[in-house]
Amino acid sequence: MFTLQVGSIFTIILVLAVVIVVAAMLIWVERRLLSFWQERLGPNRVGWFGLLQVVADMVKIFNKEDWIPRFADRFSFVLAPAIIMTVVLLSFAVIPFAPNIGVVDSNVGVLFVLAMASLGAYSVMLGGLSSDNKYALLGSLRCAAQMVSYEVFMGISLLGVVALSGSFNLRVIVEAQADGWYVIPQFVGFVIFLIAGIAESHRLPFDLPEAEGEIAAGYHAEYGGIKFGMFFVAEYVGLVLVSSLITVLFFGGWLGPAFLPPIVWFSAKAFTFIAFFILLRAAIPRPRYDQLMNFGWLFLLPVSLVNLLVTGAIILSTQ
Amino acid sequence: MAKIVVDGVEFEVNPDNNLLQECLSQGLDLPYFCWHPCMGSVGACRQCAVKQYKDADDKVGMLVMSCMTPAADGSIISIEDEQAKDMRERVIESLMISHPHDCPVCEEGGECHLQDMTLMSGHNYRRYDKKKVTHRNQYLGPFINHEMNRCITCYRCVRFYGDYAGGTDLAAQASHHHTYFGRHEDGVLESEFSGNLVEVCPTGVFTDQAFSQHYSRKWDLQTAPSVCTGCSVGCNTIPGERYRQLRRITNRYNSDINGYFICDRGRFGYDYVNSDARLTEPSQQFDAEVVPIAEQELQSVLEEFHSGEGGTIGIGSPRASNESNFALRCLVGDENFYSGLSDRSQEATQLVLKLARDKVFHSPSVREIEKADAVVILGEDVTNVAPRIALALRQSVRNKAKELAAGCHIPQWQDAAVRELAQHDRSPLAILSSYATRLDDVASDCVVDVPAALVDTGFAIAASLSDLSGAPATTEHNAVAERIAAQLSAAKRPLIIAGTTAGQTGLIKAAANIARALSARSEAAIDLCLLVPEVNTLGVSMLANNDNKLSEALSKLASGAARRAIVLENDLYRRADSETVTAALSGLEKLLVIDQLPTATTSQADIVLPSTAFSEHEATYVNYEGRGQLSFQVHRNHNRALPAWRWLNDSEPGDVEAMINRCAEEAQGFDKLDDLLPDIKQFVAGMKVPRQSHRYSGRTAMRSQVNVHEPKQPVDSQSVMSFSMEGIPSASNATVLGSVWAPGWNSNQAISKFQNEINGELKQGHTGSLLIERTESVSSFYTPEAAAQESAKGVLQVAPAYQIFGSDELSARSHAIQQRMTDAYVGISPEDADSLGLKQGDSVSLDGNGTLATLCIRSRIRTGTAAVYCGDNQINPHSLGATLTLSKSETISDDRGISGLIVSDLYEEGY
Amino acid sequence: MFTLIKDSLLTQVRTLWLVFKKLFTKADTVEYPDVQPYMFPRWRGRIILSRDPDGEERCVACNLCAVVCPVDCIALQKAEKDDGRWYPEFFRINFSRCVMCGFCEEACPTNAIQLTPDFEMAEYVRQDMVWEKENLLINGTGKYHDYNFYRVSGMQIDGKDKGEALNEAAPVDVRSLLP
Repeated sequence: MFTLQVGSIFTIILVLAVVIVVAAMLIWVERRLLSFWQERLGPNRVGWFGLLQVVADMVKIFNKEDWIPRFADRFSFVLAPAIIMTVVLLSFAVIPFAPNIGVVDSNVGVLFVLAMASLGAYSVMLGGLSSDNKYALLGSLRCAAQMVSYEVFMGISLLGVVALSGSFNLRVIVEAQADGWYVIPQFVGFVIFLIAGIAESHRLPFDLPEAEGEIAAGYHAEYGGIKFGMFFVAEYVGLVLVSSLITVLFFGGWLGPAFLPPIVWFSAKAFTFIAFFILLRAAIPRPRYDQLMNFGWLFLLPVSLVNLLVTGAIILSTQ
Repeated sequence: MAKIVVDGVEFEVNPDNNLLQECLSQGLDLPYFCWHPCMGSVGACRQCAVKQYKDADDKVGMLVMSCMTPAADGSIISIEDEQAKDMRERVIESLMISHPHDCPVCEEGGECHLQDMTLMSGHNYRRYDKKKVTHRNQYLGPFINHEMNRCITCYRCVRFYGDYAGGTDLAAQASHHHTYFGRHEDGVLESEFSGNLVEVCPTGVFTDQAFSQHYSRKWDLQTAPSVCTGCSVGCNTIPGERYRQLRRITNRYNSDINGYFICDRGRFGYDYVNSDARLTEPSQQFDAEVVPIAEQELQSVLEEFHSGEGGTIGIGSPRASNESNFALRCLVGDENFYSGLSDRSQEATQLVLKLARDKVFHSPSVREIEKADAVVILGEDVTNVAPRIALALRQSVRNKAKELAAGCHIPQWQDAAVRELAQHDRSPLAILSSYATRLDDVASDCVVDVPAALVDTGFAIAASLSDLSGAPATTEHNAVAERIAAQLSAAKRPLIIAGTTAGQTGLIKAAANIARALSARSEAAIDLCLLVPEVNTLGVSMLANNDNKLSEALSKLASGAARRAIVLENDLYRRADSETVTAALSGLEKLLVIDQLPTATTSQADIVLPSTAFSEHEATYVNYEGRGQLSFQVHRNHNRALPAWRWLNDSEPGDVEAMINRCAEEAQGFDKLDDLLPDIKQFVAGMKVPRQSHRYSGRTAMRSQVNVHEPKQPVDSQSVMSFSMEGIPSASNATVLGSVWAPGWNSNQAISKFQNEINGELKQGHTGSLLIERTESVSSFYTPEAAAQESAKGVLQVAPAYQIFGSDELSARSHAIQQRMTDAYVGISPEDADSLGLKQGDSVSLDGNGTLATLCIRSRIRTGTAAVYCGDNQINPHSLGATLTLSKSETISDDRGISGLIVSDLYEEGY
Repeated sequence: MFTLIKDSLLTQVRTLWLVFKKLFTKADTVEYPDVQPYMFPRWRGRIILSRDPDGEERCVACNLCAVVCPVDCIALQKAEKDDGRWYPEFFRINFSRCVMCGFCEEACPTNAIQLTPDFEMAEYVRQDMVWEKENLLINGTGKYHDYNFYRVSGMQIDGKDKGEALNEAAPVDVRSLLP
């Protein structure tokens, strides 16, 4: 039924390290980009162009008191940040970075990614619940509803791509785009996936679970130190993941003219989307919670279904 | 009751008063300067102008001075009228023409009536471009600063100082805009009430010099309602603390006692609280060595006393609170508790208490004393023993003037007119005294004689009022006695004053006889005011067993019948003769002394425990009329001193309110003591009353040099007040009147906002509880004692002479009071001086035993009498007999001399 | 349909574009320690106590700055010199509480307390932010050069007798009968 091809232990460590370092560096990238878009300079003091800011932040966050509130449920409180970190990192197992770089070559890669994404919801729910704090609870409520809802459209919007390539294997999907990126036939699917991806990683403007101005950091209100750091970095890892998925599913992954190696093409594409997500944060304000849910169920759901039906019809008619 | 309309609103007012007073009574804001509730109106400042209308149809109206206009029924006035407002603004503008632009360096600033009224009237800019009139200031002694430039010529100072308090050395000088208020030359203001000028003056001409030396603005003082501990009158005061220092005392209005004024002893006698000499920690004394005592050791020592094994003698004190004395009594038991009064004083005080329970007498409050229309004082030097009562007596002699004025339909508040009408007509005030007193200038009769002869004269007065009172041997004063008797029997409200300080119980008995005879005539309770010297003399006497005499306690201790003793805030060397005390204290197994300051007694102690001063604890005291009063804690003691009862309390270390309740329950005669405690449940939201004003400044900086992290505000778990700004301040509610302030009224004149009516009771105020119930009715007269006898030549009869500055043990250790204190002196007549070959100011030795004093020759003292200065420990009156001899001494007794002595009859040779 | 798309979608895209363009504009940030900003003379920074034109301490310890201070961070105690001047025995500002509101300067009747354009007052130890008079008092008049309180006020000090202040006539002779 399905096959697994596991890469070498070296590849695994390499991917893990690169993903985490990139995610950490994104903290600096985001702050710098945001400040440019806001006519500021951003962190430019620590190291060359402020590059070591991340190190400073990390040193700070590691040195903070590892504190658990007396009223919190200790077990799940500690478990929650570990879950989200684990699931986003596991998702990278199936991402094909280049023809010869990848951890697992799975023929159910797309499903695996979706499965991991839905597991992430547990982390946020547990974190909010175990904090025993009303803002945290509100945050986790919002998050659960938002993630469960947008997973639906995310999945449906992918099906067009799967139908076109005829495989759940991400590597196969990339290779199937050698003649043309799926963003062209599946433009509607791409837009829906993009929106759902932002919602899944609860990045701005869809950061309602942690909406600073309304519910004071939401589900991680009670977290501090390295546990907060895990939530924080997991968000950036999630950002990289979504960008990588978009690259793989709609923009031909590592494919590109041969004057650059495939991994560079992949990185460039992924980074473009990362930058785009940061631009969204800089430009678009947060919608109201009911608007977000209405938009999902009343607009995205029908549109994605229509997209799937039309894609299916076209495929059937051209066979 | 009359109805007047003010700005269209109808008010019910008292038609006997003027419009200004009634407007203020109704809580309206109307600026004024020269009017004072106790001094009436003179219309000097023109500041209280209002528009008065003839009738409802009159639209034009006319400007009148509200203080000079009666609140007649149907009056229609307007305060808000534009013309009236304009007039008031112009008036204050002209009053301010020569004001010296020195509010920042004025002690009055922030509690200045002139500032308040300027703001209320709306004046803000000096348009007058000519020169300001200036004046030179005078030195007025250690109490009062003079800054004449600030004057607005309201005449309040001279009206208070001269007309009200009888001072002769302050007057208005020069004329028109040169008017000057001062003495004829630089010098100490003689009146014992000069401190009130600070509060009477609406601006900063007279300011508190002692306060200026450690000055704080009014809003920066931590204050609480307190009771003066200077004498037995129990005037209500507001002490203020800042930076851990007690900084000043101001008057707290009490409609029954002090009203608007207190004496200088009360106002300036607080500084001992800040003294470096204060006892700071529990200590143990071995021979001459003083070592701090460790906490554990202290516990074991206290337990030893608490266990009650063997007899412990407990000697209380008339300057300690009821709670402390009661705690000591509980600790040592009824039979071992002694009042701490000298034998003579105790006998007299017990007599006072006995009379205080008699139905035919009434103990008049100070306000009631002011209403007396015939007074006789038997032997007491009231000005020096209970100064505030002397001030009240000065008012009582004006009742004649008021009566005359009523006959001519002149309103009482028309001060100048009433005085003009009466001229020198006064109600009778007869003074029987061994030497001239400070009230002689208003007395109708002065009998100056040796103490024993005064007793006879007293009985003679009684005898001429009633046949039942035994007749004494005829004295040379019979004619005067009969005249006094006639005046008393003619009076509507006669008053007899006697007391324990004259040292003659016969005088008290004579006073009782006079009052009893009058009572039999009028069939009403007669005002009998019996003075005691110290703040809680009556309280401690009510607690102590009548038969427990100090001499017995001392002989028990000396003989070894009792091996341990606790002395509570008492210097026994002031209560008995020195040798007896030393003999009693030296051979003890353990002597525990609790006190605030080191005394001769603490130096004899094995263990000395520091106690808190009056402003550092909450306490109750019983004043001369048996009125229990509650005094709140103002500030904390930052050393290890505790209220004396806390050291002695053998049960739970409960709070002071629990202690007061226990005292009320267990001590006989104190059942009403718990009425004094305010009920916090009746306050807004059950919140405490803050001791700090809402503008208290520097909270985050005053301790920051020690630690920048501010400590938690100290919590007062014991009372209804808080040691911070937290809580609801008493706005127009005087239950706990910690500070007198109302919006727009920063000066003490804001008190009108707390009064039900001007000069009347405070809203929700508590004037104290009269503890002693008059239940007995013994209708027997005292029989006169043996008649006075001529003493041998050269032998002088001792008459104790008290001094307002010096005789009170604690206030005498205050810096300002010390500057006004004199040497210990002996006052004799010029004839005696001649025969002894002594001159004014000579040093004399008493009884040749080495006790030194300065000689003071007084023109109005009976030959054969020696007025012996009491207090300040230099002469122990208990070591002297009833008579003494004097001899010239070469040694100079002290460096103060007697130049500061304020008596009316200082003999000057060549006169 | 078109307006819907225009209003909901295209406006968002336009926003993104407008913000994106900012990538190529110059930042407004002044890089403070490297570039010193111009501080206006009436900037409300570090508080000082000034002296009058004669070099005497201006503060007369009237306590108005302390009472007007909204965070109560000023504490002082009045004392008097032999020459009759009032001065603060101690004058303490707890800068760790100060909010630089400038009310103290507004309230000061003698122009003694002034706020200056210096704002570099950070300390590693909070205790070091408690400044006493010797730290606050400068040897100059600060922003107000001419004012001398004692020349205007009627209070007598050594060297300025009664009647010698601004607009004052010579002291009255109370014994005189002349008008």
